[in-house]
Amino acid sequence: MAELHTEIAGLRYESANEYVSHHLGFLTFGRNHEGHLGFAHSPEEAKEMGFWAINVDSMLWSVLLGILFIGLFRFVIKNATAEAPKAKSLQNVVEILIEFVDTSVKSAFYAKNPLIAPLALTIFCWIFMMNMMDLIPVDWIPLLAQTVAGDPHLYFKVVPTTDINITLGFSLSVFVLMIYYSFKIKGPMGFLKEFTMHPFPKWYMAPLNIILELPGFLAKPMSLALRLYGNFFAGEVIFLIIALLGYWQLPLHFGWAVFHILVVTLQAYLFMMLTIVYLNQAHTEH
Amino acid sequence: MNFNATLIGQSIAFAFFVWFCMNYVWPPIVGILEERQKKIADGLEAAARAQKDLSLAHESVKKQLETTKHEAAAIIELANKRANQIIDESKIQAREEGQRLLVQAKSEIEQEVMRAKESLRFQVSAIAIAAAEKILEKSVDKAANEEMLNKLASEL
Repeated sequence: MAELHTEIAGLRYESANEYVSHHLGFLTFGRNHEGHLGFAHSPEEAKEMGFWAINVDSMLWSVLLGILFIGLFRFVIKNATAEAPKAKSLQNVVEILIEFVDTSVKSAFYAKNPLIAPLALTIFCWIFMMNMMDLIPVDWIPLLAQTVAGDPHLYFKVVPTTDINITLGFSLSVFVLMIYYSFKIKGPMGFLKEFTMHPFPKWYMAPLNIILELPGFLAKPMSLALRLYGNFFAGEVIFLIIALLGYWQLPLHFGWAVFHILVVTLQAYLFMMLTIVYLNQAHTEH
Repeated sequence: MNFNATLIGQSIAFAFFVWFCMNYVWPPIVGILEERQKKIADGLEAAARAQKDLSLAHESVKKQLETTKHEAAAIIELANKRANQIIDESKIQAREEGQRLLVQAKSEIEQEVMRAKESLRFQVSAIAIAAAEKILEKSVDKAANEEMLNKLASEL
């Protein structure tokens, strides 16, 4: 496998193991153990930088795709009319997306909050685009970046959803909104009651209730983030292993990519739907 | 897994994009969709209204046609009556005219007869004189007998 690979990826890696682990590393910018600001040269060094470092590649692609998302929508809005849009026009696509998100929100969110639908739309479209980056062959953009930067060992990850920080960024933001709306709608006492008076509505059962309810509450953002991250990290690893197989990778990559189109959409939809459901729970008393 | 500040960066970016979407993406598109829905609803309503109007118009046309028929029938009847009346009137007039002509003719005939009688009377008196002359073989003095002759003529 190693020989096959070195033929294809331009003799940059000594072994298949190094190829995979290099492709899973981030371009991390931060302060290293000597106190100098700069890019990490290895995943170990990135880890040593601690919390106050930033994965420039994930952040870059995340923001780029976000701008692409709102740019596309703004472009459509500028030319949009209330007349029936032309067949095969971009306005149709945007309207289908909006209506899809709108029906999803209406089916799972019963309170009134003008934030929820745009939030759901942003989550769906943005995560969908991030996930779509998975379908670009794994070496194309890293090789391009390495060539442009003139550094053959540059770390450059393309799929932001394979970064736990990105998915956690989403889910913790949603978590903050859940807590905020729980407080706002139910008041501090109502929110507290959810943990102490469920599922057993007796005051002396409060400790047991807390033990039962709190992990479930805290698991929500974790499961959101880890589900998305896990799916795409695993998908990425499979793509990398397929990329090591020489010419065999062509049919295999095609098959896995087709399968991944499903995963890309499904995971974006799941994240959006669960966000709506969690926020609905924050808005309604049990 | 390596947690770092990307988490915070992503959260900030997320907040920004949601804010942007909430203010500049979602409302205009939903506004357009609602406007279109309203347009379609209005169009359907207008179509229903037009259909109702059409049926109403059909009905009124029918009614009008019927009244027109009635009116026409009445007019025809009236015209027939008037025609009969006119015919009757002219018949009477004609009869009167005939009568008048008849009376006139009669009086003319009478006059004619009178005239004929008169001339006949003169002729007869002339013949009588002539006859008397023949009988007396001499001429009667016209002047001497004028009075008698005139008396005779008037008696005839």
